[in-house]
Amino acid sequence: MTAVRAIGDSVLRLDGVSLAFGGVKALNDISLDVREHEIRAIIGPNGAGKSSLLNVINGVYHPQQGTITFRGKPRHDMDTHETAALGIARTFQNIALFRGMSVLDNIMTGRNLKMKATVLEQAIWFGRARREELENRAKVEEVIDFLEIQHIRKTPVGRLPYGLQKRVELARALAAEPSLLLLDEPMAGMNVEEKQDMCRFVLDVNEQYGTTVVLIEHDMGVVMDISDRVVVLDYGRKIGDGTPDEVRNSKTVIDAYLGVPH
Amino acid sequence: MQFFFEVLIGGLLSGVMYSLVALGFVLIYKASGVFNFAQGSLVFFAALTFVGLMEHGLPFGLALLVTLLAMILLGLLIEKFVLRPLVNQPQISLFMATIGLSFLIEGLAQLLWGANVRGLDIGIQDEPLAWIADPTGINVSKFDLAAAGIAAVLVVMLALFFSRTRIGRALRAVADDHQAALAVGIPLQQIWAIVWAVAGFVALVAGLLWGARNGVQFALTFVALKALPVLILGGFDSVPGAIVGGLIIGSTEKLAEVYLGPYVGGGIEGWFPYVLALIFLLVRPEGLFGEKIIRRI
Amino acid sequence: MLYREAGQFKSTYAADSAILPIRQDRIGLALILIVAFVVVPLTASPYLFSALLIPCLILSLAALGLNLLTGYAGQLSLGTAAFMAVGAFMSYNFILRIPGIPLLLAFAGGGITAAAVGILFGLPSLRIRGFYLAVATLAAQFFILWCLTKVGWFTNYNPSGVITAQPMVILGYAFDTPQEKYLLVLLIVTVMALAAKNMVRGNIGRQWMAIRDMDVAAEVIGIRPMRAKLLAFAVSSFYCGVAGALFAYAYLGTVEPEAYNLDLSFRILFMIIIGGVGTVLGAFLGSAFIVVLPIALSVSVAFLNNSLHLNIPSSVGSNLELMVFGGLIIFFLIVEPHGLARIWQITKEKLRLWPFPY
Repeated sequence: MTAVRAIGDSVLRLDGVSLAFGGVKALNDISLDVREHEIRAIIGPNGAGKSSLLNVINGVYHPQQGTITFRGKPRHDMDTHETAALGIARTFQNIALFRGMSVLDNIMTGRNLKMKATVLEQAIWFGRARREELENRAKVEEVIDFLEIQHIRKTPVGRLPYGLQKRVELARALAAEPSLLLLDEPMAGMNVEEKQDMCRFVLDVNEQYGTTVVLIEHDMGVVMDISDRVVVLDYGRKIGDGTPDEVRNSKTVIDAYLGVPH
Repeated sequence: MQFFFEVLIGGLLSGVMYSLVALGFVLIYKASGVFNFAQGSLVFFAALTFVGLMEHGLPFGLALLVTLLAMILLGLLIEKFVLRPLVNQPQISLFMATIGLSFLIEGLAQLLWGANVRGLDIGIQDEPLAWIADPTGINVSKFDLAAAGIAAVLVVMLALFFSRTRIGRALRAVADDHQAALAVGIPLQQIWAIVWAVAGFVALVAGLLWGARNGVQFALTFVALKALPVLILGGFDSVPGAIVGGLIIGSTEKLAEVYLGPYVGGGIEGWFPYVLALIFLLVRPEGLFGEKIIRRI
Repeated sequence: MLYREAGQFKSTYAADSAILPIRQDRIGLALILIVAFVVVPLTASPYLFSALLIPCLILSLAALGLNLLTGYAGQLSLGTAAFMAVGAFMSYNFILRIPGIPLLLAFAGGGITAAAVGILFGLPSLRIRGFYLAVATLAAQFFILWCLTKVGWFTNYNPSGVITAQPMVILGYAFDTPQEKYLLVLLIVTVMALAAKNMVRGNIGRQWMAIRDMDVAAEVIGIRPMRAKLLAFAVSSFYCGVAGALFAYAYLGTVEPEAYNLDLSFRILFMIIIGGVGTVLGAFLGSAFIVVLPIALSVSVAFLNNSLHLNIPSSVGSNLELMVFGGLIIFFLIVEPHGLARIWQITKEKLRLWPFPY
């Protein structure tokens, strides 16, 4: 699949990144890059370190070795709220929505970095706080339209079925207008129809807004269809890196993960 | 120097008393994951019931037995009417329910037995032991030593119970995850009934000792609040931790009152353990013996 | 039939995000405000003001403060009364030592000092959570009260430790009748409640709820937990501080540490549990409940005594009070963990359908 936008230069680089928890090495000397506007997939068996890779990019964990460079600036020690400010947004494998709030409020939290009114201004409401609230509400409604979740905007997220919760989480990530979107198994637990919808959304986000997407996914059909390049991890090491076709035909990858049709 | 040792030992021994109350907390927390704020009021209830029965003419042994039965019954009622309906609620709800429970039990105790202060005599006198005092000049109370001995026995029993028996393992499973324990067929309700009964027994022992030392009065419940810093130091789920924590709190509290108190007008005992616990929490959030909490995302 | 949203469409986001989107709610609130500001001052007895309305309003304000911290931001606090005490004592000292200071400014000063103390004792929340934090706030409760008792500056070196609160005077007008005190308290509480409602539906409210629900995820979307938590402590303590000052000046008439003991902290916690954790309405409902209950109980006991010629001592009443409090907490947590506010919400939903059952 060719991207509608031309794929640009490398926007994220990992060099020799290693991450260990106590004695367990989650990531072992990983070097890879992600180019602007592309869709990069990360695949591999369970426990290979895929989520840890996203967590390291995101700032949730800090690698013991190696450097991470985002848009030319090294930033391997940043905290998550700093990476969020840089334009990196993320969804989680186990949905990390705020259960006490409605869909609309959840997505509005995604805009919190754009809202500058002080607490005092918010207490008074009229003036800057009100204006900001309405402006951001308009933006959030755009995302809601885009992901077709208008009918549930006031529902508490705890009541939604799993597939819709995943969509709301994606909406929250998109609301931040990120330049890099990290998706951790966005289609896990979905049926065929829901997967098709989700694929469409991911592709639309990439085409319309030019967002660079890094996604972890187990469904090989999805990966081969929508991604521009693929990284394969196994036991914390990189064992494959290239276009979907290259990876599909690599012997190492087939042995470790993909297998052959019987 | 002698005086220092007296204060220290006195503090250590009063720390043993705190540990006894903390033990009750630890038991229930280890077994059900519930932080039982009402432990103090259980101690109060036990002491008051025992004294009340004695006042009505029951002999020591019979009063003890009836009180023990009452505590077990109370534990069963708590399990049935408070814990069971709240299975799988977040911990904070259970905690707040136990706060409500503490008020309920305190009110009930005073309703049944009245609110007068009473003395409690369990046969051990609060006088210095001659065989220590004569050579060294340090006064160690017979009573305090006996209390320490009783506490030690209890601790050993409980530690063995949790680590060696099948029920102990079941209790630990329940503390970790109610639903999972149910799923493997652990009889949740029976387990909880056992635990609360044992906690009631521990509360009874603590109540008798505390009551004998300080008289049975409502202020006993505040003493129980002091068990909280003990738990923070020792960890909420550690039996040895409750002992060590109690010793530390008891001794530092007394030492601070005696040596620092005069400089700042006294009354330090009221807050010193809490502030100590607070500082400790900042350095080591899970206590001396507690398990480190790991969260996975 | 009467309470319907049908036909009330919102065509702008502004209309949709109003505090009371449904017209019937707005009418209802207007009626309540008219009753509160006009009808009650003209008809209520001094007893009603002093024993019921004024403490209920003041404690609602404190409960609101606690609800912001515990209900919205998820930081459990057992030290509410201590922050109230800071507000009371500092207001006293401001009025005492800065002659001519406007009354409201002194109250605000008390609130701001309480906010500063709140931030200090809120710092542990960055490392500690859940009931560990509750124990840390207990440290605040005991230490602050000890400080206010021992350090003579706070009580102006008064030997008895009990200070009479200065009269409340604004621009030469003295608020000394129960009716006037009621109106002043009502005004302050209404304004602060409105401010609280604005905060919780705005960005900071969402940040607090995000921290409460899943602080790891909150951090990932750019919320700074430290800033949000400390802000919660600050705002909450400000509300408690002002409430504490009002408690001393408009209710007790004295400024004394014993009035702000652990028992009061628990009472306010009960208010938000029964009223509804995480709601603004809950603070008011819970406060009304907790203030009215002891009076209702002692009236019942007296009634039983008189009508059945019994001789139930008053201590029974106070013990029953403890039991009923405790029992109700447990009852609410089991039956309706979201408290009276949720029951009210469910009632409204049923009203929407009335007279149809579903």
